[in-house]
Amino acid sequence: MNHLSLITKREYLNKVKNKSFIVMTFLSPLIMVALFALIAYLTQLNNDKVRVISVLDESNLFASDFKSTENTKYDILINITLDDAKKIVQESENYGLLYIPKGDSIDAIADKIKFYSEDSPSLIVMEKIEGTIEDKARNIKLRNSGLDPDLISKLKVNINTNLETFDGVKTSKLGSGLKLAFGGVAGYLLFMFIIIYGNMIMRSVIEEKTSRIIEIIISSVKPIQLLLGKIFGTSLAGITQFLIWVILGSVLMMVVSAVFGINMSEGQMAQQEVLNQVSNNPAMQQELDLVIQEMLNLPLANLVIMFILFFIGGYLLYGSLYAAIGAAVDNETDTQQFMMPLLMPLMLAIYVGFFTVIENPHGTVSQIFSYIPFTSPVVMLMRIPFGVPIWQQLLSIAILFGTFFMTVMFAAKIYRVGILMYGKKPSYKELIKWLRY
Amino acid sequence: MNNLLVAENIIKKYGDYTALNNVSIEVPQGSIFGLLGPNGAGKTTLIRIINQITMPDEGLVTLDGEKLHPDHIRNIGYLPEERGLYKSMKVGEQALYLAQLKGLTKAQARERLKYWFDKFGIGDWWNKKVQELSKGMAQKIQFIVTVLHQPKLLIFDEPFSGFDPINANLIKDEILQLRDEGATIIFATHRMESVEEMCDHIALIHESNKILDGKLIDIKREYKSNIYEVGLLTDNKEATENYLKEKFQLSEATFKTINDEVKYNIKIEEGQSANQLISHLTSKGQLTHFVEVIPSVNDIFIQTVQNN
Repeated sequence: MNHLSLITKREYLNKVKNKSFIVMTFLSPLIMVALFALIAYLTQLNNDKVRVISVLDESNLFASDFKSTENTKYDILINITLDDAKKIVQESENYGLLYIPKGDSIDAIADKIKFYSEDSPSLIVMEKIEGTIEDKARNIKLRNSGLDPDLISKLKVNINTNLETFDGVKTSKLGSGLKLAFGGVAGYLLFMFIIIYGNMIMRSVIEEKTSRIIEIIISSVKPIQLLLGKIFGTSLAGITQFLIWVILGSVLMMVVSAVFGINMSEGQMAQQEVLNQVSNNPAMQQELDLVIQEMLNLPLANLVIMFILFFIGGYLLYGSLYAAIGAAVDNETDTQQFMMPLLMPLMLAIYVGFFTVIENPHGTVSQIFSYIPFTSPVVMLMRIPFGVPIWQQLLSIAILFGTFFMTVMFAAKIYRVGILMYGKKPSYKELIKWLRY
Repeated sequence: MNNLLVAENIIKKYGDYTALNNVSIEVPQGSIFGLLGPNGAGKTTLIRIINQITMPDEGLVTLDGEKLHPDHIRNIGYLPEERGLYKSMKVGEQALYLAQLKGLTKAQARERLKYWFDKFGIGDWWNKKVQELSKGMAQKIQFIVTVLHQPKLLIFDEPFSGFDPINANLIKDEILQLRDEGATIIFATHRMESVEEMCDHIALIHESNKILDGKLIDIKREYKSNIYEVGLLTDNKEATENYLKEKFQLSEATFKTINDEVKYNIKIEEGQSANQLISHLTSKGQLTHFVEVIPSVNDIFIQTVQNN
């Protein structure tokens, strides 16, 4: 049997059979789902609590506008002094007391509105109260100036620019957001995957050194075969775990929401509401149609294939860098100094993706970064939905995989020399020297 | 006799440091070849070059007349000085894996492993994890894995370090048996007593240079000093000493005897013979001890290193 497949198989089985790997594979989705369930439960608990706010409106202008809702009840106090009201509210343990005094003008009243409460009140509650008062006050002022508030709101103009390319393809702003979201999700997924499984590759490369089997192995196989086998084996183990997480996570999510009935229906109701609103509004209906149209127009096959290729390429490239670090050091504690520079380009890619590609998907900066192999998996993936010629995509892929093979060779070289230097902590200077041996 | 392995004029430098300076060795087919040298002399570097772990800067290594080639790995078994096993793997799985890396098929490997495990009486270790084994136990596995693919050339770097005397003896016997079955063995060490017992040929490396090599027996002949240890029972010690001093170079000797003998190291000059010495000695008393001093490898080693 070929050495590479032997090594890959051993690495894969070794990872997958590892007890802590198995435990984490099955425990992580449980913990995640448990956390989500807990958060959902706590949110619900919080929402269930009804806030009673007492209102003492001496001006008699606003009291009627405070409409009780499910979570907030307004208790209108009449014919009572402020001091008595305070006492009553304090004793009744209500949420707070809103005091609106008498005044000559709206402005004079507005200045003196007060809210009394035990603790500082929630911002959301205050905004709601202020909004209610402001709306009413504006309407009163408009009427006092002889204007009809209904007329004013009818005169309001709403601009929603329709986008269209020169080829006559209609696009929408919402659609652009969706395209960006696709790239963003893809980039984020890659980022997570590299952070979780890159370290695993590094540890696996160090394994031979800590167990001192390195010379036995390296007298049988070439370092490059060993490193490639480790990268492939660990990646496959990572993909296995990831898939199990996704499947197990979604099954658990479904089970949990079915058993506890947490909020799923409420979420759906909210969606239904949005949809109703949309269908009632012809402009929004049009927009929605455009978005759907645009999604269908996206080069889906291209996107999926490129996502897979860039994901694999990006992961392999960063994996080989982790392998190079593993090749250079004897134990994990020595790896710290190399971690930061390794993650920098990845973070740069995410930032470039979110700030530059959003601004101009085909600008110079976006173009350059979509060819640099350390950033291309994220940046190119974000650009593709906006239309990138196939040859450019292929060129970028070729550069990516080419760089991967070069880094593995570079790592193998470091590895070969590193064997001879047991127990020596390498500096960057030392590494450059090793490459020249 | 054919040479299985020939290294010619090997030069290896690490930056400014020269690890091997123009070193050549010839390892005859079917011999046990001792590669000697103090720590840091360059033994391990030479072995790594033979194993193609590092490449020489200059020089040529041939195995069986062919220039060293990656496929030769299958013909070489190497037990390094720094050795270990994958800790979390099971013994049997691990042995199978390492054997397959050396080019055996799984079935072949399994069959031969069974033979060796039975031979060492360790069949029940198959499903144990390496981390449950003691150091000596792990070393046995490493030994088996080294010889399993029946290589023509076996290289042992300090093979006995870490073994208790019983297991060291077991391994020694196995090495000798492998030699008898036709394997050629290179044996790197700085422990001279094992060299004395086992090696036919030696090469001595000191500070990156080879300073001595050849058949062990020839080297010993070359280094012999014509000195004899002599024990003599005599009534008049002083007169005997004066008598002998006139004819030979004398020095005090220390060796253990049960009687109250006089003990000397006596050097025979050119033109004198051992028989003459004996007749002189027997004329003065009763000869109880007469041994030619053969230089030990240790003596040769120290002497050569100091002369350089």
